[in-house]
Amino acid sequence: MSSTHGTTKTAGAVVGPSAPERSGPTGDSPQVRAVRRRVQELLPAKTVITDHARLRTYECDGLAHYRVTPALAVLADSVDDVATTVRICAEERVPFVARGSGTGLSGGALPRADGVLIVMSRMRAIREVSAEDQRAVVEPGVINLDVTKAAAAHGYYYAPDPSSQQICSIGGNVAENSGGAHCLKYGFTSNHVTGAEFVAPDGSVVELGGRALDAPGYDLLGTVIGSEGTLGIATAVTVRLTRTPEHVVTVLAGFPSTDDAGAATSAIIGAGIVPAAIEMMDALAIEAAEAAVHCNYPEGAGAVLVVELDGPEVEVRQEFDQVERLCRDNGAFAFRVANDDVERALIWRGRKSAFAAVGRISPDYIVQDGVIPRTSLPKVLRAIAELSASSAVRVANVFHAGDGNLHPLVLFDDSEEGQGEAAEEISGKILDLCIEAGGSITGEHGVGMDKSAYMPRMFSDADLDTMQMVRCAFDPNNISNPGKIFPTPRLCGEVPGRHKGEHPLAKSGIAEIF
Amino acid sequence: MSVETVAGPALASACDDVREAVDGDSVDGVPPGHVARPASTDETAGLLRTAAELDLAVVARGAGTKLTWGTPPERVDLVLDLSRMDAVLDHAAGDLVAVAQAGCPIDRLQETLAAAGQRLAIDGTLPGTTLGGGIATNSSGPRRMLNGTFRDLMIGTTVVRADGVIAKSGGRVVKNVAGYDLGKLMTGSFGTLGVVTEAVFRLHPLPTASQVLAVDVRDATTAAALVAAVVHSDVVPTAVEVDWPAGVVAVLLEGTEQGVDSRTAATRTLLTGAGASTVDIAEQLPPWWGHHPEGVLLKLTCSLSAVGGLLQEAARQGVAVRGSAGAGVLYGGLPADAEVAAAVTVLRAFCLAAGGSLVVLAAPADVRSTVDVWGPVPALELMRAVKGQFDPHRRLSPGRFVGGI
Repeated sequence: MSSTHGTTKTAGAVVGPSAPERSGPTGDSPQVRAVRRRVQELLPAKTVITDHARLRTYECDGLAHYRVTPALAVLADSVDDVATTVRICAEERVPFVARGSGTGLSGGALPRADGVLIVMSRMRAIREVSAEDQRAVVEPGVINLDVTKAAAAHGYYYAPDPSSQQICSIGGNVAENSGGAHCLKYGFTSNHVTGAEFVAPDGSVVELGGRALDAPGYDLLGTVIGSEGTLGIATAVTVRLTRTPEHVVTVLAGFPSTDDAGAATSAIIGAGIVPAAIEMMDALAIEAAEAAVHCNYPEGAGAVLVVELDGPEVEVRQEFDQVERLCRDNGAFAFRVANDDVERALIWRGRKSAFAAVGRISPDYIVQDGVIPRTSLPKVLRAIAELSASSAVRVANVFHAGDGNLHPLVLFDDSEEGQGEAAEEISGKILDLCIEAGGSITGEHGVGMDKSAYMPRMFSDADLDTMQMVRCAFDPNNISNPGKIFPTPRLCGEVPGRHKGEHPLAKSGIAEIF
Repeated sequence: MSVETVAGPALASACDDVREAVDGDSVDGVPPGHVARPASTDETAGLLRTAAELDLAVVARGAGTKLTWGTPPERVDLVLDLSRMDAVLDHAAGDLVAVAQAGCPIDRLQETLAAAGQRLAIDGTLPGTTLGGGIATNSSGPRRMLNGTFRDLMIGTTVVRADGVIAKSGGRVVKNVAGYDLGKLMTGSFGTLGVVTEAVFRLHPLPTASQVLAVDVRDATTAAALVAAVVHSDVVPTAVEVDWPAGVVAVLLEGTEQGVDSRTAATRTLLTGAGASTVDIAEQLPPWWGHHPEGVLLKLTCSLSAVGGLLQEAARQGVAVRGSAGAGVLYGGLPADAEVAAAVTVLRAFCLAAGGSLVVLAAPADVRSTVDVWGPVPALELMRAVKGQFDPHRRLSPGRFVGGI
């Protein structure tokens, strides 16, 4: 089996212009050599990695088919380490890339052969948990689930829960604006981070947002969250803590087909219920999960829904009754309820194992991530089925049905001639279907290295140019994680000052200003 | 021939509804030359291109309810009145998404959505407030405690830049991490980065029942205890408001009838346990709910645990306070002839120490000249750099925002 995600080639149509470079211990530019020397002078020896073999540890993130060995890695222990490194990079015009736990699925933390990798995973202190303020202040290397663990005793938790939450870091979550299965009700990282200490691409350290809400000035924090490390590096993050719900019920419903499960999803939303999560798996995904973890989902199901309801007990019980009725009205032939954490874990096991489980039924696979309006679900699923049938490439579907976030798993055997290419083609066509349906090319994995070539299909040149004006404001020299998100870098040019030249009308003789 | 003379015909060629400004068109005391009412994003773009060619300073206006917030513009040549762009363009009820033009009053959008049992979970705090005006000022009301503000609920944005280029970000799906979220940058930017012409919103189902529990309370310590008892509980309040020194803490519960009944009982127990002598329960919101206090208007934010202290300090300074004790976002009011500068200094020090800020949102010119309107703003240099990219010639609401931006 190949790596968990991706193939030996890109899942995107074309590798962008900033394709991974060949790298090695030799052939460094004078700028890179200067950065190495200066960083070694200023930071402790254990902080700086220059050994090529050790550097290779960091050659990829969760999207393993892109691999680049960085010229240098800095294992930051403090904001000072980060600021010093970034400042030197800025002075020498050398690119830098920040990395958290390295679980990203779009190559967002792919290093640059001509640049520095700044590893944030040693900054792991939970500095403060304040239930009375509903805040925690954590360093970026802190693991997502550890925030919830630290808050649990106070009756609180940290709401964003990406499926990698046992290993992914808060800093990575900030870069990717991570969501998770429960973001249907609770929102994303951007809704749960109120402040950050931030190193800008010139090495200056600034505060964005704060402990309180609505800090005066532009919402730079909201802009930085989800910018995939292209605007700078967060070195401390103030997160909002959410009350642990009084009651949680998780149900599993088996349906004859994905159409039936989709209709039930629409009916639940239409009834005014906002579940914490609604997840769907189709027959092939169920088959894989059964093979891997024996989750014992209803036999013969063409689709299953996992619906989680949380909140005040009376309302959850009411909603549960409605959900059961709506599922049965829409053809559910099996309906199971988990009332405690053990039963809940059993239901979730099949869903959470789904990606890895596909390895049991296929030697290789691509995990796709696209979004469609929820009401387009039946239409898009049929189109995916047609693509699969016409190309003989199998596609297993796992998705967050409540918010229309699809994770088609495109299966193939890379040892068979042409299969990898065929799978990549289908994977790309699925993104086209998402765009046609008015959706997005990524709901949670990010654009990174992997999907920059797709950005022009979703956004116009003017849209991308405008986004890059923000980039130019933060990073005029394009050194903060360059080559990610945008297919073509914008030349930032000189920022005009306050003084204006002659008035254009006066200049052309049409008018006098005074 | 002056720019003034040239501007009229040039603007008229971009938009069929252009007139010379009258007294009522002044922006916080600054008189514009012209008022244009574009009918579309394209017309808005044409007007902004013309403004760029003629170097006209532009202020966008919705219902005009918050034009005196912040600082006045240094100059205004053109008011872009978005009141013709007031349509709800789409309501995809099954997707819990709506698309509307910036000039649409929030209340009108709510009427449309309510027909399908949905709402945009944002309060219009001033009568007539438009979506665009709400976005520009990031205004919010009591329900922000549970649902957030424009920055949380706007999922797609169409903006016309100072150079007339139309740019979109986000989209029509809630879950979307493709590209930068320019909507967040526009939210609360007071019209200094671009003109938002359309926006896409995430919606919520309308609750079928609601109850308000109100407690009369004399001392700030007890008020803080009442707020804390509800905030750190399982009753999931939509809003927890205070009115001070009037002496009221009020809790809004929304949901299903059975659910609200049961949570009302639980909340009453919590409030009584925290020192409430009597708890008034009503379906109607109290008359002061969601209304800013009178006089010079302040916005005060602090960490949740500091709300009680803030009420105390505000009362000492003669500042009446209303707002979300549950979110730590409050509004203060005091008479223009009071010692405004002294009160601002003391309360700002308190808010800053409590992790928040104080902004003088609205004040008469002679009062405003005695105070620092925005207070300290971290990362101001980055903000200036953003402004420099989006509006290098400072044509959009120049001087309306932090640090003279």
